[in-house]
Amino acid sequence: MHDTLMHPPAPRPPRARPARFPATSVPRSFARATIFCLALAALAAPTSATEPGRGGTLVVAGGAGLRHLNPAVQSGAHTGLGVQLFAGLVRVDDGFRPRPYLAERWEISGDGLSYAFHLVPDARFHDGTPITAEDVAFSLAVVKEHHPFGIAMFDAVERVDTPDPHTAVIRLSRPHPALMQSLVPLLMPVIPKHVFGDGRDPKTHPMNAAPVGSGPFRFKEWARGRHVILERNEDFFIEGRPFLDRIVVKFFNLPSVRMLALEKGEVDYYPFAGVRFRDVASIADNPDLRVSTGGYEALGPVNYVEFNLRKPPFDDLRVRRAVAYAIDQDFLVNTLHGGLPRPGYGPLHHSSPFHADGLNRYAVDLERAATLLDEAGYEPDADGVRLRVVLDYPPFHADSLGTGANYIKSQLKKVGVAVRLRAPADLPSWAQRIGSWDYQFTMNSHWTYPDPVIGVHRIYLCGNIRKTIWSNTQGYCNERVDALLGEAGSTLDVARRKALYGEFQRIVSEELPLYFINEEPYVTVSHRTVMDPPETVWGAMQPLDRLWLDR
Amino acid sequence: MRLAPILGRRLLGAAALIAAVLLLNFILIHLAPGDPALTIAGGMGGVTEEILRDIRRAYGLDAPLHSQLLLYTERMLSGDLGRSLFYNAPVLDLILERLGPTVLLVLTAMSVALALGTFLGVLASRRPGGVVAHFVTGVTLAGYSAPAFWVGILLLLVFSAAIPLFPVSGMYDVRADGAGLPRALDVAHHLVLPAITLAIVFLAQYSRIARASMLDVLGADYIRTARAKGLSDRAVLYRHALRNAALPVVTLAGLQFGNMLSGAVLVETVFNWPGLGLLAFESILRRDHPTVLGILFFATAMVVVANLLTDIAYRIVDPRIRAGTAATGRPR
Repeated sequence: MHDTLMHPPAPRPPRARPARFPATSVPRSFARATIFCLALAALAAPTSATEPGRGGTLVVAGGAGLRHLNPAVQSGAHTGLGVQLFAGLVRVDDGFRPRPYLAERWEISGDGLSYAFHLVPDARFHDGTPITAEDVAFSLAVVKEHHPFGIAMFDAVERVDTPDPHTAVIRLSRPHPALMQSLVPLLMPVIPKHVFGDGRDPKTHPMNAAPVGSGPFRFKEWARGRHVILERNEDFFIEGRPFLDRIVVKFFNLPSVRMLALEKGEVDYYPFAGVRFRDVASIADNPDLRVSTGGYEALGPVNYVEFNLRKPPFDDLRVRRAVAYAIDQDFLVNTLHGGLPRPGYGPLHHSSPFHADGLNRYAVDLERAATLLDEAGYEPDADGVRLRVVLDYPPFHADSLGTGANYIKSQLKKVGVAVRLRAPADLPSWAQRIGSWDYQFTMNSHWTYPDPVIGVHRIYLCGNIRKTIWSNTQGYCNERVDALLGEAGSTLDVARRKALYGEFQRIVSEELPLYFINEEPYVTVSHRTVMDPPETVWGAMQPLDRLWLDR
Repeated sequence: MRLAPILGRRLLGAAALIAAVLLLNFILIHLAPGDPALTIAGGMGGVTEEILRDIRRAYGLDAPLHSQLLLYTERMLSGDLGRSLFYNAPVLDLILERLGPTVLLVLTAMSVALALGTFLGVLASRRPGGVVAHFVTGVTLAGYSAPAFWVGILLLLVFSAAIPLFPVSGMYDVRADGAGLPRALDVAHHLVLPAITLAIVFLAQYSRIARASMLDVLGADYIRTARAKGLSDRAVLYRHALRNAALPVVTLAGLQFGNMLSGAVLVETVFNWPGLGLLAFESILRRDHPTVLGILFFATAMVVVANLLTDIAYRIVDPRIRAGTAATGRPR
């Protein structure tokens, strides 16, 4: 056995807020103001230069979409709260390197098929029951069967051996490069077998609403639609943590009211802040607030235009390319979006170690777009219209996707494509339309997660063409891509994976089942009194045991 | 005319009305686009088809619509409102958690609108063409015309942001552990802006009705007699005229209860007031059919009961109706 870090030894580039803006961009005044304010905010970022203070209540602004508190059987933005309640075997640092958490150390066999985790001996669940290897084995089985990405994360797991109460050995049928990244608390929370192992369906288990956890905070109260109250776990297995006495997550429906509550001090911390890009600079002007776009590389949100490849006109590559050539990405990102998001050119987030440079960027070229449409047989009629199409867009990521859709409509008109925008009544209506393949092209977005195995493969594999949202809804199938992803998902050789993913990205950027527009920046706004807010790769979706209040 | 038979007939009618509304709601809500299973799946962050099938089976969404309706009817008859698709919790519990705040908000707003509206109506009726009357008409008309949503945001910006007199959101300060009187005062403090917002919309109607009714009554013979007796203007207005002019206002208040409930949806959303309106808004977006149907059932029942009580109230208050001369004697 030897210690091995499963992710590339070379850490990702250090995060610095200004660096998130494209170096080649020519920001206009708004963007410059935004960058300046964010840079100031970064300089003023609270750090642990002083001794962290104990106590206090942190009020967090949350959206109202919380269904339950068990991250073992759900994913998405509302899962973050579960991370405060449940510990995972490991957590990761800014370079995605696994660090001890519930597992104080681990060994990995030379063939990469066996991972032995040694648990913190005196770790206990919130009801006082010791956390054992049996709980780890049970949790992994539940996640594998019931989590949306359970199969992607743990399909390679053959079994979990428990030679003693504090050792869990994960046995794999094949090397699994994303295993360690899948063992963080958000993706594989350690849940109590004595509570959830009673034979009831974990997805609808009543204790999902009032869980007995293992993390830094324990459940106290959930007033549905109103708030969740968590209290400090006095028996947390990390000595002296957490610093806060209490976390109250207060739910809001209107982002503007959420922001006003933050400005008036009713709320301290607002992750995934639903603020318009153009408002970020003015928020940064408020001396009581701190605004940041740092972190969340582990989510790696990418925004794109998705083409339904099953029917004309977008079954024709020339038409898809014509759309790509009609879009001026620089204008979209730097002018319409104020330079805040980073442009996206391919299926992997820029922070991924497997992200490839030199992909086809389809620099705006309206003549070429028109020629491609001519070649595809779409000649202009008497009104100059070649094609009439409908573009859907979802209600989330309003700046990137809503504004983006309007921009694309105006650009495509220049090449004779008449676009009708179909605004969504709400998320379910849009999700049903896309999930049932009843669309022509749509704005869309998904999280790429810390390893492509978890968040990227699902969008491109032939076997994942499903009638559910955030699968391969566009109907893309390329055997070579399947082979590349299959091999990249079962080798530990980082250089080989980089080469495989490089080819995958080149194929996808040429075949354009999706045309990438940008990477969604997640804005976090907090009060100056909030110290050491997490700006790590998981952002606010990691334990808040280091955060403290300077009051 | 005896009250009991009338009450019996009214109760039967009310039950039939509730049943009809429920049936209509059930059909309408299932005709709306959007699959609840996909919404749940979206909340889970995307799922496989197997999990989606499980969700549909677990919540009975795989059954044909008529089977779902049959099941729903059976449940309703046994007093079971079902389980929320979103929260996986009994709908009745969710509604009871939220009923208190909504009733508090609506009754407070109604009291404010009723009292202030009547007062303004009386004020305007003293000199119908005067400056005060025009001012009252202008102000109440503006309040009536402005959407509750907009009024709420405006009040927030003025009285929470610019002049920080009132809190921005919620029903009480979540940082405080208060109970008893301090919590009650905290709730009252949080209630001011939402209640005023909701009241403003209904103020105009009360003031207009009160004004018209007062003008009607002030021309009556007994008012002339009262003046001839040398009573003061104030005594004539408030002791003689208002008592008689208040009947239509009270009637309107009962009939407005349903409108108040629907207005509460917007007001609760703006102020994050944790009532039924907010739950309804969220549940519609989530395609949480059992919860939406449960709320509609409660709202229908409350409106029907309010109308019934109004009916009974003015039978008691107005001797002409009690005497069976309702066709001609109902207050205008």
